[in-house]
Amino acid sequence: MTTSPSDSPSAAARAFADLAVVGAGPAGLAAAVTAAGLGLRVTLLDAGERPGGQYFRHPAPGLGAARPEALHHGWSAFASREAALRAHVSAGRITYLAYHHVWTVTPDPAGSPGWTLHAVAGPDEAPATVRARTVLLATGAYERQLPFPGWTLPGVVGAGGAQAMLKAGLVLPGSRVVVAGSGPLLLAVAGSLAAAGARVPAVVEAAAYTGYAAHTPALLRNPGKLAEGATYGGALLRHGVRLLTRHAVTEAHGTDRVEAVTVARLDRDWRPLPGTARRIPCDAVAVGHGLVPQLELATGLGCATRPSPDATVALELDAEQRTSVPGIWSAGETGGIGGAQLALTEGEIAAHSIAGRPVPARLARTRTRLRAFAAAMAGAHRPGPGWTGWLREDTDVCRCEEVPAGRIREAVEDLGARDARTVKLLTRAGMGWCQGRMCGPAVAALAGTDPAPDRRPLSCPVPLRHLAALPAEPPH
Amino acid sequence: MSEATRGRRRSPRDLVGGTPAETWSLRFDDRELPAQSGQSIAAVLWSAGILAWRTTRETAAPRGAFCGIGSCFDCLVTVNGRPNQRACLVPARPGDHVTTQEGTGRDDLAV
Ligand code: FES
Repeated sequence: MTTSPSDSPSAAARAFADLAVVGAGPAGLAAAVTAAGLGLRVTLLDAGERPGGQYFRHPAPGLGAARPEALHHGWSAFASREAALRAHVSAGRITYLAYHHVWTVTPDPAGSPGWTLHAVAGPDEAPATVRARTVLLATGAYERQLPFPGWTLPGVVGAGGAQAMLKAGLVLPGSRVVVAGSGPLLLAVAGSLAAAGARVPAVVEAAAYTGYAAHTPALLRNPGKLAEGATYGGALLRHGVRLLTRHAVTEAHGTDRVEAVTVARLDRDWRPLPGTARRIPCDAVAVGHGLVPQLELATGLGCATRPSPDATVALELDAEQRTSVPGIWSAGETGGIGGAQLALTEGEIAAHSIAGRPVPARLARTRTRLRAFAAAMAGAHRPGPGWTGWLREDTDVCRCEEVPAGRIREAVEDLGARDARTVKLLTRAGMGWCQGRMCGPAVAALAGTDPAPDRRPLSCPVPLRHLAALPAEPPH
Repeated sequence: MSEATRGRRRSPRDLVGGTPAETWSLRFDDRELPAQSGQSIAAVLWSAGILAWRTTRETAAPRGAFCGIGSCFDCLVTVNGRPNQRACLVPARPGDHVTTQEGTGRDDLAV
């Protein structure tokens, strides 16, 4: 191990922890502080500079924000855990390693039951390893993107990306921002963009919110969630934002940057209805179609997965958040997209389970209730098959390798590719820098298959010298 | 935000009551852009209204930040001569020189 500054807690980190938590978002943070409170020695690793993950992303201290909570819903849930984290760190119960991106987890050789986590640390990408008896994967999710003509124009940004840039850097991509795609995140994004001074001409939602009606019991058991929705709805009304449901942005226009979008009405399968297209001028578009669980570390370890109602793949977990691999737990979005409150609850459940304590009934009940709500939501926003109807032959699907829809269709129709993997080999779609994170769901849909679970050999770029330094595969 | 709207509309900084600890200027190609301590390079560029800072390998199309969280690699930029840095993750530091990145950012290695 090197002696770079990012490695300063290396002595503590090298010690064998009871639990290593990957990710300091709501699930990981809640798990780490709960586990430490139950007497475990915990190492918490996070790729970001500050705890909170994507949901509780907040301005860097240098920006001197007096009211970071103004950009957040449920900030106190974060503030109390962050205070607990600080207390546990100063008491030596938690080793907190910020800016540590874990890229693989390997089982220790037979006879020494435990795990080694390999990370790249700090801007200099120094290698770091952490050993622990048990591991909790709280790696969260990234945004699902469905391409449309013009989506590579500057000014078209991820809805979550716009939110992240706003929360962390206090910046907006433009002054007139259309928010489009599908899922409840859009309302939150539109609300904060408007509160921060952007004009939001419309929120364009592909699903019909009436999809929720089929799940009335799950809705009624979650009054808090309904109130949350009403808060966002109210904020939108106050800022004069129009909500267009069962509509989609089917094209972004502009040469060097976006200048307008075409919005069309959709049928129930998300097929654009002829004659309904109209233009909305704007200088930015924030777009996203829900979230995809980030599973590379888990699938790399062989954890079992299951299909979710939103057409993503999530981890198969038991009532105590155990994966199918003994010694590995997971909490939060990795088990299916469900939001911050569910992630906090699951993190606490996992911590109890790892500490060998009974899971408090209150936590179990909250999990059941919120999971039911999440399932209702996931089903309502599942992309309809007709969305591919707004692609043109020359629309880039893979942003990194610039592979257009026409080449992917050719691979499927003329060359007989039956799955995303074969399409990738024939067209290079998904072979670039992002390893298919942006185009994966779209390529799978064009290949006519269900999305496959994340399988990437490395979860972030790793200097070759670190790979070379890995020990040979352990014997079991 | 455009010049015309600045000052009239509320800004993100108003919303959170931000008072940056320090401001300095970041060199981007041959321009000087105002930067605040704690902002990523992408945030500095966005505040200056710049949305694109690289061109793609195949079609030389302009690109900038997309995912904002380090997973799409669309925001690659050259920082102090080091190509392929993710602008949305790298904090802007005083004295940095950021340059537009063309293609792979390794033109110096081209044969
Ligand atoms: S914007 Fe996606 S990696 Fe920076």
